[in-house]
Amino acid sequence: MPLMRERLTVVWIVLITATVVSTWVFSRATFRPPVAVVGTFLIAALKVRFVMLDFMELRHAPVPVRVAFESWIALVTLLILGFWFATPSLH
Amino acid sequence: MSCTVTVQQSLPPTEPQPCKSQRLPGVDGFWAFIGFDCVIFAVLFFSFLQARHGDPALFEASRRTLDSNLAGLNTIILLTSSWMVALAVQAVKRDELDRVPRFVFGGVSAGLLFVLFKSVEYGHELAAGITPATNAFSMWYFTLTGIHVAHLLVGTSLLAYVGTKSRQRAYHSRHRAVLESVATFWHLVDVLWIVLFPLLYLQR
Repeated sequence: MPLMRERLTVVWIVLITATVVSTWVFSRATFRPPVAVVGTFLIAALKVRFVMLDFMELRHAPVPVRVAFESWIALVTLLILGFWFATPSLH
Repeated sequence: MSCTVTVQQSLPPTEPQPCKSQRLPGVDGFWAFIGFDCVIFAVLFFSFLQARHGDPALFEASRRTLDSNLAGLNTIILLTSSWMVALAVQAVKRDELDRVPRFVFGGVSAGLLFVLFKSVEYGHELAAGITPATNAFSMWYFTLTGIHVAHLLVGTSLLAYVGTKSRQRAYHSRHRAVLESVATFWHLVDVLWIVLFPLLYLQR
């Protein structure tokens, strides 16, 4: 199958696009820090989920394993955002 | 549900295996290590966040000295490497054995490029007088990225090994557990960087 028609390639393009948005769009001063930080880490969570489900093939893994790894994504994201909102604002 | 298939991994083709919807790639036990590593990194993230919570002004000032453009480029490089390694696993499943070493060594090349750019970044920081002893942020920065680079070097070496073996046609659709396990580790290296990058460089 041609490379461009593979699901893996579509996922890769989504991952690259998401990286460009979080690195070079949300970092602009036009975005208020809460918007930028929440947007950046939700994109990171989405990227991790794509890598785990499609590249690591957890989409077809036994349910308890998939739940464990998806819970890790949720836990880490909530931890980061929880600490960010609990930390005194610098802006 | 009693869904089974007969063509999986390196086991005899007659032995029943879980169907596609219930299968873990590679060696099952290796996933325990992957999970353990994820837990260790979650603890490290928590410790970093606690330290940042204690002195946000210092962490923000120090973060601004980092090169987020180079780190963003490195993120793209690592994602591309992961994509190529995933394509290698897909090629071996389809017995397109000529393509496997090309994809694996593509992944190795991208991994080495990441190390090169990270070394350039470290060089700039050290030249500017920023070392692990400079302050709490720089200690965490060098520790977290250093552990990640160590993972990356192990992963690159493992990929080079399976790439060499795949040139000798050592893997095919019924014998691919080692290649899949190495690929899984490589994707873990990618996952950890996807979190580390915004945590260190973009969290303002």
